[in-house]
Order: sequence, then C-alpha cells, then structure tokens
Amino acid sequence: MAAEMALPLPGKMPRKASRAELGDRIFVVGGKLLLLLLLSVAVLMPLLAIFWRGFSAEDGQGGGWVAARELVTSDNFHWLLGNSLKVSLSVAAIVVPLAYLFAYALQRTMIPGKRIWRGLSLLPLMAPSMLPGIALVYLFGNQGMLRGLISDNIYGFWGIVLGEAIYTFPHALMILLSALSLADARLFDAASSMGAGPFKAFRSITWPGTKQAVFAAFCLVFTLTITDFGVPVVVGGDYQVLALEAYKAVVGQQQFGRGALIGMVLLLPALFSFGVDAWLRRQHGDSMSGRAQVFKPVPSKVRDRCYLAIVLLICATLLLVFGMAVYSSLVKFWPYNLSLSLAHYQFNDTAGGGWLAYRNSVTMALCTALIGSAVIFTGAYLMEKTRSQKGLNLALRMLSFVPMAVPGLVLGLGYVFFFNLPGNPLHVLYGTMTLLVVCTIAHYLTTAQMTATTALRQLDGEFEAAALSLKAPLYRHYWRVTVPICLPALLDIIRYLFVSAMTTVSAAIFLYSPDTILAAVAVLNMDDAGNVGGAAAMSTLILFTSAGVSLLLAWASRGLLRRSQAWRQGAPAQ
Amino acid sequence: MNRSNATALTQPGVPMKVRNVSKRFGAFTALDNVSLEVAAGELVCLLGPSGCGKTTLLRCIAGLERQDNGALYLGERDVSELAPQARDYGILFQSYALFPNLTVEANIAYGLAGSNRDVVRKRVGDMLELVGLTGSEKKFPGQLSGGQQQRVALARALAPAPSLLLLDEPMSALDARVREHLCTELRQLQRSLGITTLMVTHNQDEAMLMADRIAVMNNGKVEQYATPQEIYDKPATPFVAEFVGQGNWLPFQRNSASHAQVGGMSMRLADDAGRAASGRLFCRPEAISVNPVLHQENLFPARVREITFLGNRCRMSFELNHLPGHALTAEVGSQDLPRLGAPDIFVALPPGSLQVFA
Repeated sequence: MAAEMALPLPGKMPRKASRAELGDRIFVVGGKLLLLLLLSVAVLMPLLAIFWRGFSAEDGQGGGWVAARELVTSDNFHWLLGNSLKVSLSVAAIVVPLAYLFAYALQRTMIPGKRIWRGLSLLPLMAPSMLPGIALVYLFGNQGMLRGLISDNIYGFWGIVLGEAIYTFPHALMILLSALSLADARLFDAASSMGAGPFKAFRSITWPGTKQAVFAAFCLVFTLTITDFGVPVVVGGDYQVLALEAYKAVVGQQQFGRGALIGMVLLLPALFSFGVDAWLRRQHGDSMSGRAQVFKPVPSKVRDRCYLAIVLLICATLLLVFGMAVYSSLVKFWPYNLSLSLAHYQFNDTAGGGWLAYRNSVTMALCTALIGSAVIFTGAYLMEKTRSQKGLNLALRMLSFVPMAVPGLVLGLGYVFFFNLPGNPLHVLYGTMTLLVVCTIAHYLTTAQMTATTALRQLDGEFEAAALSLKAPLYRHYWRVTVPICLPALLDIIRYLFVSAMTTVSAAIFLYSPDTILAAVAVLNMDDAGNVGGAAAMSTLILFTSAGVSLLLAWASRGLLRRSQAWRQGAPAQ
Repeated sequence: MNRSNATALTQPGVPMKVRNVSKRFGAFTALDNVSLEVAAGELVCLLGPSGCGKTTLLRCIAGLERQDNGALYLGERDVSELAPQARDYGILFQSYALFPNLTVEANIAYGLAGSNRDVVRKRVGDMLELVGLTGSEKKFPGQLSGGQQQRVALARALAPAPSLLLLDEPMSALDARVREHLCTELRQLQRSLGITTLMVTHNQDEAMLMADRIAVMNNGKVEQYATPQEIYDKPATPFVAEFVGQGNWLPFQRNSASHAQVGGMSMRLADDAGRAASGRLFCRPEAISVNPVLHQENLFPARVREITFLGNRCRMSFELNHLPGHALTAEVGSQDLPRLGAPDIFVALPPGSLQVFA
C-alpha cells in the first residue's frame, strides 16, 4: 500500500502539468485577446468611424463641421429634436410610474397569478417595435376597430407615444422588478415598531432604495424611445422624429455624413444617462447587507385589490394590442372581409423578403444565441476568475460596457461607415450573415455579460485555486464545474440573445443584403409598401417564435434544476 | 478515521523552504522579506491577526499569488516561478471549495485525471477509508455536514499524493464543538502520513494544539518561529507576548544587574531575563501566586479589584499597593477561592516568570 501513495507516478507529473499549463495559457490569454479583438472590431472601431464620418466633409455626404453647424441651426432640426424630446419625455413619464406600480404589485403585494402577469408583461420584448404600431393602426387608424373612441386618428404624436410606451414597458419593468426584489424585512419591522404607517415606510425605506432604479428606468425608456424608428415609421404620419431622419438620411438618401451627425446627437442622451447612472451607483453603494432578511408581504385586502386592478388593466391593454396584431394578421381583407384566413402568411407572393427573411432571422438568432452566449460567458469567466493580465482585464471590462451606452441605431450606422471604409479588408463581410451576427452580439453584449458575471460571482472564489492545486487545467475545470453550475444563467443568456436577435431592427436595418434580409426588416418593408396585413403576419410569426423558444428554454431550465436538485439544494456549503 | 490504514499509507515528506519573499499590493506591504524553513513531515502553523500576511504567504507558496522577490523551494526543486499545477501540493480551503455538481467520488478523483480507471476507483476508496467516509461515494457535497465536507476536501487534496499540504483556516467554518475534535484527528492523520504541512490560522488554540512549530506573523514579518511551548513561555517580541495567551505588563527601570524598580517595588529578575535598562516586564497570569503558603521571592501586598469565575479556575484582577492604578490579572484555581476572601492579599511574581522587553 505504501507504494500506492506515490500514485500517479511521479515521473509522469511534470509533463502532464506543463501540458496543462500550455493549454491554460492558450485558453486564458488567447480567449482574452480574441474577445479584445472582437470588441475592437465590433464596438470600438464602428464608433470611431461615426465620429470620423460625421466630421469629414466629403461632397454630397452631408458631413463635416460646416454641415454640422448648418444642421444644428436649421429650423427643421429644431423641429425634429423638439418632437423627439417631447415624445421621449412623455413616454418615460407615462411608462415609469406604471411599471413601478406593476413591479410593486408583483414584488410587494399578495395578488394572485403573479407568474401569468409577469409573463404577459414581457410580451412586448418578444416582437419588433413595429408590432405595437401596427396594432394601433388596426385599433385606432382611419379604418380602425375602435376609431370612434377618439376624435382624431392615431397617426402622429399620440400614436408614437402609445406605441413606444408598450414597446418600452417591459424594459423599465425589469429594472424596477429587480430593484424592488431587494428588501430588508428588518427595516420594515423597525419602522412599524416606531409607529410608521405604510405611506411613511414607503417614503423612508422603499423609495430611497429604489429611486436610483427609477432614474435608470427613466433614462432607459428615454433612450430607447429617442433612438427607435420602428414605431414612428408605422404610426408617425407627418410627425417626424430624429431617429427616423437618421434612418432616411442613410438608407434613403445615402447621406452618410448627415446620418452620422444625427447619430452622434442620439448618442448624447445615452452617454449622459450612462454616466449619471454609473456615478449614482458609486454614490449609493450596496444597500443590502449579507445579514438582511428577505421581506415577505403580508396580505391586505384593500391594497391587494387595488394593485390587482392596476395589473389587470395593464395586462388587458397589452393583450388587446397583441391580440389585435395576431387577429389582424388572420383577417382576409381589413375592414371589408373579416373572415379568417392565412392569406397574409403567403409571403412568397408578396415583396419584402417573405419566408427567406423568416428563415434568415431564425438562423441569425440561433447563431447569435449560441455563439454569443459561448463567447460572452467564457469572456466573463476569464475576466472574473483569472487575476493575471490585469491591464487586459481592465480594457475588456471597460470595452464591454460600451454597447450598453450605444443605441442600436448608432451602432448600425457605425457598422455602415466602418465596414465600408475604402481599403478595409473586412469590407467583404458587409451584407453577410456573419456581420449581422457579430453586430447583434455586440449590441446586446453588456446585459448578457452582466447576467454571466452575476452568476459567476456567486461561485466560491477558491474553486479555480482548488482546481489548479489538483493539477487540473483551467479549461477542463471551466467545462466540468463552472458551466454545469451556471447552466441556468447560461440558458437565460441564450434566451435573451435569441429573442433580441429575432426582434432587432435598429442596427440590422443598415446591414442586410437581399440574401440576408431579416424578418423584422421585412415587417418594416412590408409596412412601408402598404402591406400592413403582411407586416402583422410577419410580426406575429416573430412573436410566436420568440415566445415559443422562451417557453422551451424556461421549461428546459426547470427540468434541469429539478434534475440537479440533489446537489443544488444543499450547496453552496458556506 | 481509520488509523491503522493511515499508517499503512505513510510516505516520506519533503522539506519546504521560503527565502526572502516579499509581496506588495500597491502601497501595502503584505510580505516583508519573509524566510521560513519547514522540515520534512513537520506541521507548521502561520499564526497572526488578519492582514498580517499569513494568507498571502500561503497563496504565494501555492502559486496563486506571485511574490515580488524571493524564492520558494519544495524539496530540491525551485518552484518560485512555476504555475500552480506544476508545484505539487494539495490545499484545503476555508470554504473547502468542493465542487457542488460533482459527487464525493468525482471530487476526490478530480486530481487523478489521466490515470487508469481501476486505479482511480481504488485510490478514491482508499482515500475515503482514510478519512472515515466509506460509503459516501455517490453523495453530493451539499448532502454532507460541515465536518464531513472538510474530510472530503482533505481526501481530495491528498488523493494525488502531493509533497506538501496547505491548510487555509481549515477549522473556521466549523462550530466550536467539533473543532477541537477535528483538529486532533487532522493532526493524527498528518503525523501518520508524514506529509509536510503548512497551516494558516488566526486561532492560537488551534495552532497550539496542532503545530510542531508556529510562525507568529505581524505586518508582513515573522516575529517568532519556534515550538508552541517556546512561543508561550519565551515570546521573542512584545507582539508575540501580547498575541499568544494573556499577560501582564509592568513598566520598570533597571536598578542593578539582578533587580528592576517597578513603582515602589524592587523586583528580582532571573539571570537570563535580558539586559535592557528600562522598558516593560512581562508576566503570564498563571505564573503569579496569590497568598502563597510558603515564602517566595518578589512577594508584594496587593488589593483585589474583581474576581471572575471561569469554571475550573478564576481570573482575578488586582492592583499592587506600590503600583496603584495599574490593573493586573492572575489566574487561580477555584479551590483556592476561599483563601482570597479578604480584599488585601499578597502576590508573588517569581523571577523566572518575569521577562524583560525594552
């Protein structure tokens, strides 16, 4: 037995260790360099290209300093900017309070059916931003179902505001849900023991703990609205906004310089809110201590009924809008022949891309989800769990926060400029599926990476050290331990990337070619061509695909959790 | 744990050497020119308050931090620049860092990759027997108690037969009741395997209980490196005296080679007590005799301030009449309590128990 203690054979060890070392070097350094390259090409260079394009005065491009001065002093620009600001502020002012009430109802009250309401509230994420617009046209347009309820038709300011409100609602809701999920029961006990009523408790505990999230939600809704052109293009009518102008300048008039200038203007609110949010976060610090006790709401009849009414009202609105879109896609010839048929789904007979676009979208979404989650999760792992290459880690961390502050429209413009630069060898990628996938991954990188980082930070910090002491290469440890433990988070990232890729138009609209046209772009094109029924049908298809994949992944995740319950329930040990 | 089997697995350990290792984190000096030698088969504790550099030293030896200067040797090999995988050690973390998604069996076999399957199975069986957990192969770490998890982590660390075992605060996640028991068991296992071991702890009882030698660390330096008894009886620096055990401090001026003036008293010192002309005298509470039956040297009148009952013994706080306002403590057996009824007492501070610090 004494001999067996010396196993594995000492002579074998150094070679095995050195192979592991080499493999790890490739895994760690190679992985980081690859990510750096990706972030440089897919995020940094396109952004720089916008500035370069905006300030270079080429003939007929509408760029340069002179053009910039002309643009910002023109009456037309003032009108567009004013419209954009009015719409965005109105949407934020409507959506944030509603989302706050909704989130409060889900997190702090005892209303029944929370999971259903939560699922319904996420519907707008599953469809391109044009869908609410299309539904509004069928509801309140000139021949709309409920046209009689309003004095004027829906096209214009209120159409855009309503459409954007529906489109941005779940984005605001998610921020507020996570802010309201954190509550320390001890604080509420202390407040009530000092005689504070529910209103006082809200003002002194809940509000201070969530006001930063309210600000963040406000900024997000504002930025999403001001950079979105999906809703204005459908229900805007004569009411023009900046995002639409940038889109028309580049796609319609080939005025790249003018597009870049407007893109820069649109980048400002995003950069501003990103900066202020980061600053607030640093001021605020972490409000939940490790010893906090989870807050559990107690039943209260009046409160719960009020909140249930609010939640029902919002969900009914969402159902009405999305139901209308689905219904209208099935109606044979609105409003004259209301019999149902699948005529609008015969995409091959109409212009706009048809089934090719749908197939492309699914391919693109699958590639984005699978490649993106692998790249992003591995990148987050390397950044989070390896301490060497500090400079590289810092550069990666900073670069990976950039996409959060860059609206898709601006990113897409950057891609147009960068990949069309004369002499850029990457020009061959322009219009290909590869570039669409790269752009979509880059666009949604930050959120996915934050999910990954959160999951990774919950793991014991000594796992890697333990693996190394056991002479196991890091890449094997990553595959055998880290990935299995984080599989639920990984599925969440896959779902997020898939749904985002299915529904995105903002960046993709500048990057597709006839062969790589996407479903969401087809919606826009069909609507533009007056084929609103076709647009509704394609939107519905996107909606069901996204929702179906989401449900499938949620189900897979549940099954996975159940199967691994044996080791999940007890762990982690500390 | 099965001791007969443990003895059968005995292998000779290798010595470990740390030479002039320094490590800075920005402006903070975590390790300041530290040298340490651990003999083959020895168990050495790094003891010190948090921030003293003990964990940093352990992580440098493990290759998880890279030292700024200095060298590390394991046996004859210079491992200073090697990656952790190439150093040949096993480590037991405070959190155990057991992989929750792998069974006990797979955790222990984690470091045995590349060996043939039957050999691995046999090895895992042997290791489980060694730590007394035979039959837990298919369980997950989350299904085990804290003490059992610690044993699995130990089995995992020992399975690849490393030359050095590192223990990073191994007991601090356990409750006090099982701690002492597991300390003893771990010590027995280590001794029977003869594996060179370095343990980091901030708990002096653990260090006293387990170590062959203790390195007391403070501010990135080793203050004293000696056996537990020497550390306790002859602390090399005021920090060691203060950190390990309880003690009394008395300011003094030297009168002569053999006497020191403390307040209004002249105390006789032992011949080897140190040469400083002034400073502080150090004395352990249990070395002080209270109302001694026989006459003793350095006997002074004192007044009791407070007596705290601690079960088998009592802690008495008192003041020397000739050094008022300066609280001292002595420890006395509970059976001596009746003799301490009156507040006025005599205490003897034996010359051999008085240590001189400048």
